[in-house]
Amino acid sequence: MHHNSLNDPFDAAQPIVDASHSHSHQLATNSPLADAQRDFEARQTPSFRGMEHFHEAGHACSGQDCNHASHAASRPAASTDNLLTRVVENAVMRAIFPNDMERRAFLSVVGRGTAAAVLGSMFDFGTARSMAADPVKNIEKKDLSVGFIPITCATPIIMAEPMGFYSKHGLNVKVRKAAGWAVVRDWAVNKEVDAAHMLSPMPLALTLGAGSPAVPFFMPAIENINGQAITLALKHKNVKGPKDMKGFRFCVPFTYSMHNYLLRYYLAEGGLHPDKDVQIRVVPPPEMVANLKADNVDGYLAPDPFNQRAVYENVGFLFKLTKELWEGHPCCAFAISKEFTDKNPNTFKALFRSIVDATHFAADPKNRKDIAKAISPTNYLNQPQIVLEQVLTGRYADGLGGIQNVPDRINFDPFPWHSMAMWILSQMKRWKHVEGDFDYQKVAEQVYLAAECDKVMAELGYKTRGATSKKHIIMGREFDPAKVADYAKSFPISNL
Amino acid sequence: MAIRPSWNDRFGPYLLSLLILGLFLFVWEAATRSPRFDAKGKTEDQLTTMEFNGDVVKDAAGHYIWNPDKVKGIPGPMKVFEKARTELGEAFVKKGTNDHGIGFLVWYTIKRFMSGFLAGSIVAILLGVLIGLSKPLFIAFNPFIQVLKPISPLAWMPLLLYSVKDPFWTAILVVFMASLWPTVANTAFGVNSIRKDYLHVAALLEMSYLRRLFTVVLPAAAPAIIAGLRISFGSALVAVVPAEMLLGELGAGYLTWIEWNNLDISGVIFAILVVGFVGYALDYAFGRLAALFTYTEV
Repeated sequence: MHHNSLNDPFDAAQPIVDASHSHSHQLATNSPLADAQRDFEARQTPSFRGMEHFHEAGHACSGQDCNHASHAASRPAASTDNLLTRVVENAVMRAIFPNDMERRAFLSVVGRGTAAAVLGSMFDFGTARSMAADPVKNIEKKDLSVGFIPITCATPIIMAEPMGFYSKHGLNVKVRKAAGWAVVRDWAVNKEVDAAHMLSPMPLALTLGAGSPAVPFFMPAIENINGQAITLALKHKNVKGPKDMKGFRFCVPFTYSMHNYLLRYYLAEGGLHPDKDVQIRVVPPPEMVANLKADNVDGYLAPDPFNQRAVYENVGFLFKLTKELWEGHPCCAFAISKEFTDKNPNTFKALFRSIVDATHFAADPKNRKDIAKAISPTNYLNQPQIVLEQVLTGRYADGLGGIQNVPDRINFDPFPWHSMAMWILSQMKRWKHVEGDFDYQKVAEQVYLAAECDKVMAELGYKTRGATSKKHIIMGREFDPAKVADYAKSFPISNL
Repeated sequence: MAIRPSWNDRFGPYLLSLLILGLFLFVWEAATRSPRFDAKGKTEDQLTTMEFNGDVVKDAAGHYIWNPDKVKGIPGPMKVFEKARTELGEAFVKKGTNDHGIGFLVWYTIKRFMSGFLAGSIVAILLGVLIGLSKPLFIAFNPFIQVLKPISPLAWMPLLLYSVKDPFWTAILVVFMASLWPTVANTAFGVNSIRKDYLHVAALLEMSYLRRLFTVVLPAAAPAIIAGLRISFGSALVAVVPAEMLLGELGAGYLTWIEWNNLDISGVIFAILVVGFVGYALDYAFGRLAALFTYTEV
């Protein structure tokens, strides 16, 4: 793409285009800077009208005809951010070295790394970049803490700290590692953290008061799609499907998790009742590997890196990736209490942007190796880099002696489709994880901020969705959100 | 002429200690030693997969050897020693919110432990004296204390977390609960069984209540109180580490948890050793302090 041809200002071998000296016709042509300027202008469109929209979430745009922010729908996704960086860096380098020969001489003496570091210490590129992107003003609270569970699903939330996505949007965020899902939930409810990494069903369960007191929570963005797997102990190499799994002892990380609902769905489609024919226990993921090793369990449906970790530890194999069950299923999410967003609308906006930005960065396969390196230290995931690389790049050992190549084994997409929430609610209903009746669509719209996410994506110049609900295919069976109540009752195997 | 203890008597036990340690380390090392990697009988494909999975690496000569960074099963003492060296080398380094050096972690644990234990002990001694001084109160309270005493302090944790809504205070309160009951029971018992002569003399001298408390009651009950504190001390020490593990609060217990999360067994062993040494140091300090308050009755 010609966007990327905007020259690297830290490369001594390349000249940089000087906008102030360029002839006017250059701007009219397809030169990179002309593009950059157009991007700047597009960015200036004030599209975030503030918080008032959050409480009418979805009411203005339920169904397929939601089309606001479509002005940005056709813009290319990830490249704009790099471009913006380049533009800012170019501007700074031009200001320091009006004569391009001096810049080249300087760079050839000190080297690009040193130059970039020195300039970075004098001039905060991150701030400059976010200033260029129509920054959020009047941030109420700059110092935030965000809870996370050390798994690859939380990649965007975690990497946003070391890779500077929070600071880019004017925030000083420290991510805080939690010991388990119940802990992170309690932290979030008790305001021990300002926002948290949760499993996508958790904000729904919290809002409905399932398994905890009812506290209204929002889920502004999904973190990852796909990225989970059914891992079985090596002795089950010959297992073909649910038929061979009768009596198995499985683990899932939490009751209100996609892991639990996908495993239950998978087993039930194969004719097994998950509460009668097998045992499903809630176990913290690292203990799953240890339990697999100790032969206490037969398998688990868990977040990575603990599937790959079982292969690394030579105790299990990847029986099925969850993308084979539901291509593009949601998994983990970014969640925040309604109370916080009411009190700190601008902070929330900046935080929302950081997450959407980081999630898009993570979606780009070419960034995955750097990300693996950024999040493997003790402060974050505390996992061997080789395991994280296999998870994030999708080139992995399957535990049966083969090396697989599935680039979208895990992927990242912030958009919280209401229909995803409705599917989750249908499964909560199906397995009696929630009592009483509720309006599926209403709860989904209240918790999953799909329309708002579209807006933020538009502001940042990413591709928008223009709808908040769609049909999904789960193991070959269509889920139509318009018929969710019937769908929940349609399963021959259920607890209803 | 005084008999000088022989060399054997003086140093023999220590030598024996060293010998036991040496033997233990030797057996440990021997039991965890893995045989050299043998590439024979493996196809090129299998070797590539093993290398990809980090099982084996190529050495300088291009031969496959076991990956020294990947430990299978229980690591040997050398691995643990290496881990301890790196950890201690960065004892006072902070690498972010979730990665503080071992020096900091130990300090957090000691702080948490001391605040919970001190608060618990003060409350317990006051309560104990109050109950102990009056026979009816003692009899009335005794059943409750007997029921509450054996409850594991960790069993309080969910209730505390739910009501306090703050993991920081919950951890301290768990220590508080752990250090409460043994001291209450012992103090009450000690105060209750003070020789009645002492109290009579104090009454004869028309001492004020406070003066009587500090000059007669507490000193007379001191041995029993100290014994109670000792038991509390032990149970509080046992409680603080799992509380940190469960709550994810930074401390020595947290170290155990994150190393376990990474399935890094040498890290777990190192963390266990740290907990042991911290407990020993605290217990030693407490013993020295207690010695100041103990006396033999004449």
